[in-house]
Formats: sequence, C-alpha cells, structure tokens
Amino acid sequence: MNLVLRLAWRNLWRQPRRTWLTTGAMVFSNVLLIFMISLQFGMYRLMIDNSLQAFTGHMQVQAPGYIDDQKIRQTVPNVRQLAAALRQELGSETIAARASTFVLASSEERTYGIAVYGIEPQFEPQVSSIPGLITAGRFLDADDAAEIVIGSVLARNLRVSVGDELTLLGSGKDGSFAAAVVTVAGIFESGVPDIDRSVAELPLGLFQDVFYMEGSGHQVVVNAPRLSEADTLQSEVEALLPPGQDLVVQDWDALQPGLKQAIQADMSSAFFMYGILVILVAFSVLNTQLMSVLERTREFGIVMALGLTPGRLGRLVLLETAMMGLMGVALGALLGGALTWWLGVHGFSYPGMEEMATKFNLPARMYPRVTLTSLLAGPAVVMLFSLLAALYPALRLHRLHPVEAMRAA
Amino acid sequence: MRRLRILSKLAWRNLWRNHRRTAIMLGAISVGVWAMIFMTALTQGMVTEMIRDGISALPGHVQVHHPDYRDDPSITNLIPMTDTEIAATFGPAGFSAWSSRIKVPAVITSERDSRGVTLLGIDPVRERDMIFVDYDEVEGRFLESVDDRGVVIGHKLADTLDTEVGKRIVLMSQDPDNDIADRGFRVVGLFHANVEAFEETYVFAGKKTLQNMLRVGDRVTEVVVLGEDYRNVEDEYAAVLALVDGGVEVRRWTELDTYLGTMLKVMDGFVLVWVIVIFLALSFGLVNTLVMAVFERVREIGLMLALGMKPGDILGQILIESMLLLVIGLGIGNLLAWLTIKPLEGGIDLSIVAEGMEMFGAASVLYPQLRLEDVVLANVVVLILGFLASLSPAWRASRYEPIEAITKVD
Repeated sequence: MNLVLRLAWRNLWRQPRRTWLTTGAMVFSNVLLIFMISLQFGMYRLMIDNSLQAFTGHMQVQAPGYIDDQKIRQTVPNVRQLAAALRQELGSETIAARASTFVLASSEERTYGIAVYGIEPQFEPQVSSIPGLITAGRFLDADDAAEIVIGSVLARNLRVSVGDELTLLGSGKDGSFAAAVVTVAGIFESGVPDIDRSVAELPLGLFQDVFYMEGSGHQVVVNAPRLSEADTLQSEVEALLPPGQDLVVQDWDALQPGLKQAIQADMSSAFFMYGILVILVAFSVLNTQLMSVLERTREFGIVMALGLTPGRLGRLVLLETAMMGLMGVALGALLGGALTWWLGVHGFSYPGMEEMATKFNLPARMYPRVTLTSLLAGPAVVMLFSLLAALYPALRLHRLHPVEAMRAA
Repeated sequence: MRRLRILSKLAWRNLWRNHRRTAIMLGAISVGVWAMIFMTALTQGMVTEMIRDGISALPGHVQVHHPDYRDDPSITNLIPMTDTEIAATFGPAGFSAWSSRIKVPAVITSERDSRGVTLLGIDPVRERDMIFVDYDEVEGRFLESVDDRGVVIGHKLADTLDTEVGKRIVLMSQDPDNDIADRGFRVVGLFHANVEAFEETYVFAGKKTLQNMLRVGDRVTEVVVLGEDYRNVEDEYAAVLALVDGGVEVRRWTELDTYLGTMLKVMDGFVLVWVIVIFLALSFGLVNTLVMAVFERVREIGLMLALGMKPGDILGQILIESMLLLVIGLGIGNLLAWLTIKPLEGGIDLSIVAEGMEMFGAASVLYPQLRLEDVVLANVVVLILGFLASLSPAWRASRYEPIEAITKVD
C-alpha cells in the first residue's frame, strides 16, 4: 500500500507544471464554490427569517380560501379563545390572534387605502417584530383603546405624527358601513417597504367592535422556535383545531409563496453555473490523466509484462487523481474558507446591491457565513467528478496489450 | 505572408498530432463557450422581461410629476399646467408616444369587500400601445374614451371583490381639499396581466371622468413619454427637459424604479464576470495543453531552431496553434448555443416557480434572448484572454537553446 502511494505521488511530480495547472483548476473552482455557496445559503436564511419574522410568522390558522381571497367574511370564529387554547395546549407564548381588512384612512390632509390588522397587544410582540420597531410613540397596550400604530412611509404619506387622529372607513363583516376615529399611538419602521407603506395595527377588541366581527378574526399566527421545527409544530396545531369547524393551517410557504420559489429559481440558476464549473474541471482532469497514461504506454507495457494487472494499474491512475483532488480540496478549502471568513467578518457590498437587497428584505452589506457544509460540499463534488473523469483513462488500461505497449513509439 | 501560411500549416498539423488531447480541449472550450452564451441568453431574457414588465407597470420611459408627487402620490400634487397646455406642449414635439394621466391611490368597494388599489385615469385611445393591457383580450370591453363612465379592473381583483362585468363598484379617493371623493362605476371590462400583482393593483377609468370625480378640473398628476429604446432614453429625457419649465420633476424610468435601473447595470456586469470566470476555468486546461504540446516537441523545436527558423516563428507557430484551437472551440460552442437557444425562443415555461419569478419582478415564461453584443463579448474575451494565456508557453518555446533542446532526453 505504502509503495503504491509513493509511486502515485512520484508519478504526479514527473510533470510538476501539469500537475499544478490541473490542481490550480480545482483550487480555482473550489474557492469559487465555497464562497458562492456560503453566500447563497446565508442569504436564503436571511431572506426567510426577515420576511417571516416581520409579520407573517411560520404558520397561520385560517378559514379555507382566506389565503387566496382574504374576504372579510372568511373568518375564524372565537379567534381569541382559539389562540388562548393553542397557547395553553402547546405551552408556547408565540401564538397570537389577528383580524384584518382594507379601509380608507383619512387624516386632516390626506386619504389612503390601507390594510388594517386587529392584533392582541399582549401577544403580538411574540409573533411579529413590528412592536419592537416603533420609532416614535409606543406600541398598543389596551385591547379596546381607540388607537392605531402605522408604518413610517404611511405616516409620511398621511402627514400624521403621534397623537394625530385618523378616520377609518370600510365595511363590516355583514357588509354594512363601518367607521372609526383613532389616535396614532406609534409609528414603526420595519425596513420592508411594502409593510411600512401599507400596514396599520389596531387593538383586536376595537377591530371586532368596529367591523362587527362578533368575536371572530381571520388568523391565528403561530411561530415555531426555529424554522426547522415548523413542520412538527404544524401537525400538532392541526390536531388541536376544534373539531367540526372548517379551519386550515397554512405554512409559511403557502403564506409567502414567492419566497420559496424565488429561492428555488435562484438556486437552479446557481446550480447550473456550478455544474458548468465542475464539468470544466473534469475536462481538465480527463486531459491530464489521459495524457499521463498515454505517455507511459511503454512503461505500463513493461510492468504489465512483469505481472502487474491492468486493474492495479487503473487504481494507480485513480490514486494519482485522488491525490491531486485532495490537494485541490485542501488548498481550495484553505483559500476559499479564509477568503469567505474574511468577507464574513468585514462584510462586502457591490454597486447596485443595496437596491437589489431591499427588494428581498436583505441588508445592504452581505456577510457570507462559512459552515462545514458550504466548505466541503463544492470541493466534494469537484473531487467526485475528477475521479469520474479519470475513470476513462484508468479503464483504458484494460485494453493495453503488454507486447504492443512496449513497442509503442 | 508566405511565412504566415507555412506557420499556419505547421500549427494546423501540429494540432492534430495528438488528436485526443485536442479533442478533449475542444470539448472543454465548446462546453465553456456554450455555457457562457446560453446562460447569458437566459439572464438577458429574464432581465428584458423584468424590465418590460416593470416599465409596463409604470408605463413611460420618461415621466413628469409635481416635485412632491413621488414621495407623496396624492391628488394635491398636480402638475402645474392644465392638460390643454400639456397637449399643446408635448403634442408637436414628435415623441413616438406620450400621454398624460391621473394616477392616485384609491379604495375600491363592491357589495362584498373592499381593497386598496392604484386608480389610473387615462386616455384609452392614446394609451393603446403604452399600457400592459391588450385591449382585444379584455373580457367585456376596454375603455373607449376619456369620458367613458365605466371602469376596467383585473380578473384577480374581480375575484376577490366578488364582482363581474356589468356589476357596480364604488371608488373612493380624496379630492385636493381632502374631502372624500367617491363615485359609483359599472365594471365594463376585466383584463389579464402576465404579472398577477398588476391584476390586483391597477384600476383603469377615463381621464375626464376621474377629473370630474376628484374635482381637479383640467389637471393631471403625470405626463409620460415613451422612447424608441428603453435602454437609452437620454434623447427623450433631454427633449422633455427642454419642454417644461421649473415646478415639475422630470425622471427617467431608471430613477423611478431603482431596482430595475440597477438590474440593467448589474446584469451587464454579470455577463462579463460570468464570461471571465468560465474563461479562467478553461485557461488552466488551455495552458496545460500548450505546455504539454511544447514539452513533447522540445527536440523538434531545437532542430527547427538549429536549421535556422527564427525564434519569432516558433512563437508565432505556437500562438497560431492556440488560436486555431480557440477558434474551432468557439465555433462549436457558438453553434451549440445557437442550436439550443433557437428552439427555446418561443419561451420556457417556468410556471412552477411563477410566484418566485414574480418576486424578482419577472414573468413566468422565460424567453431566452440571444444578443449579438453578448456573443461578440464572449468570443472577444475568450480570444484576447486566450492569446494572453498562450504567450508564456509560446515565449518559453521560442527561447530554447537549440543544442540543449536537441540533446534533451525524456
């Protein structure tokens, strides 16, 4: 074994420049893959977390069909009690009831159509980051106070500040005319333009009064401690829904269908690029190994005549490739890991990224995160394909005839 | 000239001495070039769609507003000219298309539900080729004149509101004194849009009808001009600037939607980066091949030098060999790209990730776009960088000492 290893190692350095060039191709791809994959998956996590934490939550209990139509009549009956029961049964605080509708909001000077949400002031902070993002005034505290908190862009558009009054006009659950006068208690800034422009929150009690909800609401938001635990929690919630009532649990993918698909679309184009890189490296390896086998035809003829089997020779060629691959992985992981780690600490940005980033709820500076997976996944695939590419030259040895090989030019 | 012919002949023959190595390298170059062009065509197609959809969402490559309108899209921020004055100014200016509109936020209410929308008061005759709605595809009919009394809404919005053609809805917004301005309309048409959000957001009504409802007289909130080519609207921008005086804000679309504007710039950068990355991955193999080709022929090169061939000719011969390899590879790669893109130009259906594409601002059918300048860019980059990468092995070969080279043993 030791002998074969040493033989393979020495064979590699018979043509140092060729070996370095081939290893160089591997290192180049590995560095690129490590950086890209670290960046990509870090970004996806942020996209998901930022989008869900702001408001949507990991899952919501809703009336069937509400997710598509969001009609005020598609209600969850006794929404407050349902949320309380779920909190108790699951021993979790991150559950809150909401109701929502569209209204015309008028200030002294301006009128805009907005989405208003009735929320439970006591529990909302556990499922949404908005209560923590109040930049002026305070969040709602009483369940039936005539108060409202609105997004910063909306406040600017309506030309109101804390303490001003807003008139809300809309229709109640039964289709009747509904109106309320509320005082702006606080203004929040989530950084998500859509939310800051069009969302306002009222206490649930007031909402139910104004819009004749008769104790009902539209959603119970449930957050899991971690995204990975959302699936298990969902089946628990489903089991706890009151029998006989027509309710469904919508997961985050259904609530924000764009999110997962945006990630999938981005991932498929990224994987196409990675695939091409890997294939080009494989070509490089194929070229090198085929050449090194062809050069050694005579030599192989002699050792075969001396009794070495083509299988063992083939393994030697594969071993050479594996050694080259390991060097590529080691150097690639070292350089790629260092580069990515450095960028992860200092962050980086490129022109135009800020505008793109806000569109996907991302910060303007990116901080790629090196994980074991992102460090090893790319290089492992490069290694695998290099070995596959070396199979052809290795298997070719079986066709070698010792006598003819020894006479080859 | 004759020398060049001899050198080329030598290079060509040398190339096929080791046909396996040449074939593998050709394979690598072809795949690389194919990937460069194919990927570029896909992304260009996507960006073009995104920008087309994006521009169709805020139609008008150059737009004129009240200076405060963009931050505060309210009916109080009207353009300080009457619509008649605007027509007199923009009409004779010779734009390929222009129009003036009322665009305000509003709430639409049916007997079932209400929603916040963007209400557009337009001149349907003038806007026929400007907005994203295809008049002939509208269920019912599209608006017919500026004082049409109906509204046209999206299919999706009609579903949420539980309404249909022929039913009545109420539109509410504010007038300049911040009194509620509302009015009942009959839904006369439902439109389809290739971006679903448009069907939920936009409501079209006649411009005159809205001016009456909002009590703004002969005034509008925006004037828009379409250019010949959305990638370059500088001429139109300058022309509009010359037409209006102070008191209004003139903006190109790239400034109105910074995401899209940036996208256009970032994409051009992306194409170059992608081409260079692929080339770098290829260059290792290319240099490797040349180094080996020279290495195998050391004795031969020594002999040629000893027989009086000039070092410059050796250099030239190896560079020509490398260029031949690249040109053949480019040829195959370009052909492959053309063969794979052409059948796809009718559109690739991406509806499984439609909503994700929408999040990027793109439609769910992707039309790859083979642009001549991208193909030229890829080919030129490969040739130039390939030439540079070949210089070192070629230079080395031409510097051999004939005696040493001839006597070299493997």
